[in-house]
Amino acid sequence: METISIQGNSRNKSIIEKTAQVIFTVCAFITIVAVASITIYMFINGTPAFFEVGPSEILFGTVWKPTAAEPQYGILYVILTSVIGTSLAVLIGVPVGLLTAVFLAEVAPQRLVAVVKPAVELLAGIPSVIYGLLGIMILNPLMYKVELAIFKGSETHQFTGGANLLSAMLVLAVMILPTVINISESSLRAVPHHLKAASLSLGASHIQTIFKIIIPAARSGIITAIVLGVGRAIGEAMAITLVSGSSVNMPLPFHSVRFLTTAIVSEMGYASDLHRQVLFTIGLILFAFIMIINLSLTKILKKGGKEND
Amino acid sequence: MNNSKIIIENLNLYYGDNHALKDVSMDIPEKHITAFIGPSGCGKSTFLKTLNRMNDLIDSVRIEGKVMLDRENIYAPGVDTTLLRKKIGMVFQQPNPFPMSIYDNVAYGPRIHGIKSKARLDEIVEKSLRGAAIFEETKDRMKKSALGLSGGQQQRLCIARALAVEPDVLLMDEPTSALDPISTLKIEELMTELKSNYTVAVVTHNMQQAARVSDFTAFFLVGEVVEFNSTDNVFSRPADKRTEDYITGRFG
Repeated sequence: METISIQGNSRNKSIIEKTAQVIFTVCAFITIVAVASITIYMFINGTPAFFEVGPSEILFGTVWKPTAAEPQYGILYVILTSVIGTSLAVLIGVPVGLLTAVFLAEVAPQRLVAVVKPAVELLAGIPSVIYGLLGIMILNPLMYKVELAIFKGSETHQFTGGANLLSAMLVLAVMILPTVINISESSLRAVPHHLKAASLSLGASHIQTIFKIIIPAARSGIITAIVLGVGRAIGEAMAITLVSGSSVNMPLPFHSVRFLTTAIVSEMGYASDLHRQVLFTIGLILFAFIMIINLSLTKILKKGGKEND
Repeated sequence: MNNSKIIIENLNLYYGDNHALKDVSMDIPEKHITAFIGPSGCGKSTFLKTLNRMNDLIDSVRIEGKVMLDRENIYAPGVDTTLLRKKIGMVFQQPNPFPMSIYDNVAYGPRIHGIKSKARLDEIVEKSLRGAAIFEETKDRMKKSALGLSGGQQQRLCIARALAVEPDVLLMDEPTSALDPISTLKIEELMTELKSNYTVAVVTHNMQQAARVSDFTAFFLVGEVVEFNSTDNVFSRPADKRTEDYITGRFG
């Protein structure tokens, strides 16, 4: 009987295998190179002004007068605005988004899902500047009415016409909804059906099952949704430039405020010399913020679930 | 004869147009083990799930007839399925512990039903784990994830979890089909112990298992009960030719 040898003789085959491997590796490297070069570039351009003006003056100074004869570059209020505005937006957007996702994945009848889901996807596709325009047309006049009612007769309050921190926060909250909804929903749907069946078979109601079993089991996907939502909120510039009033003030609800992103967007056009370099420093600070938030949120939120993953 | 725990009268079940259970009537005796056997797709698992209304989860299902549990029809309007399922526990084919600690798995049911006292929960958890013959293996790792247990241990944990809500009836849907022979043997021993306190209904693919553990056996074929009798009779003196063919391995 003839035996068939297992000696390979096809050189072509191994060439194809190797080429494919090289292509994959190169593609992966493009991402790494992009991340690395952005990081390096931001540090090279952001650090000189940081030390020229002085770290404490930049980070803790509250006066922003880059074009005065004696320029001052304090961005404490700008940093605080980004931190507070983003946190409040996330505080509103995440619960609303998560509950919408639960509704879509668990509660809503199929026919309603067919209406709501495309609406959510459409929301994700709307350019951020449109959110800003709608904010100007709808939100700001409403805010102005509230402002007039609250500060009626006040002599110290500087009226903003409704372009304030609250408006920006609401716009941001709506903008992160699609991200939070879509990612949470897919992770809720990915929870194995047998866990739900086990909970129901023990006499748990549907709602109890959702909150005690399904949401905890989808935890890791929901965390990703939150992290991406936070990232979208803190990095957003266009929409909030339009609705926040964009002047540097302490971040109180009815103050006109400027975010880290909007500071760069609104001043880069005319800034020069040290002013321009300071804007790069602001970029570096924003960059550092996003990095820190991503890493720490992932770490903190995932810690609890680790043991059972 | 025995007291009947569950009486099924003329039960018909449809998946859309598919008539999956045909006019099933049966008395399930209290504190005995009743086995449902039959080839794949014969409706035995579907039938088991009608007993705690788990088929309600499927949209296209329509059910006619009566299932009387302690003389109450579980399909009557106004029946609270959470109370029903508290009374009728279930163990599934695949061990399906929750991704949480062993303790929390067992305490899940009691907590759902409103027990908050730590001492009371401790007591229930220990009793249930002992009842499912897994206490000794788990007592030192109560706070560890249940997913770290072996398949057979996970299945016994699932039994403990079902026992913790103190049901009267335990439904088991092929509880050993995903397990190795030694784990299977343990579960079978456990079932024999359980029947002194619980009414057990078990679906099984394994005819030796039905013969070993059950007191009564129902043979299902394409949605009908061909034969329902004491296990001894079904296996040694089957009344129907089709039953005989199946248990002697001529088809299935």
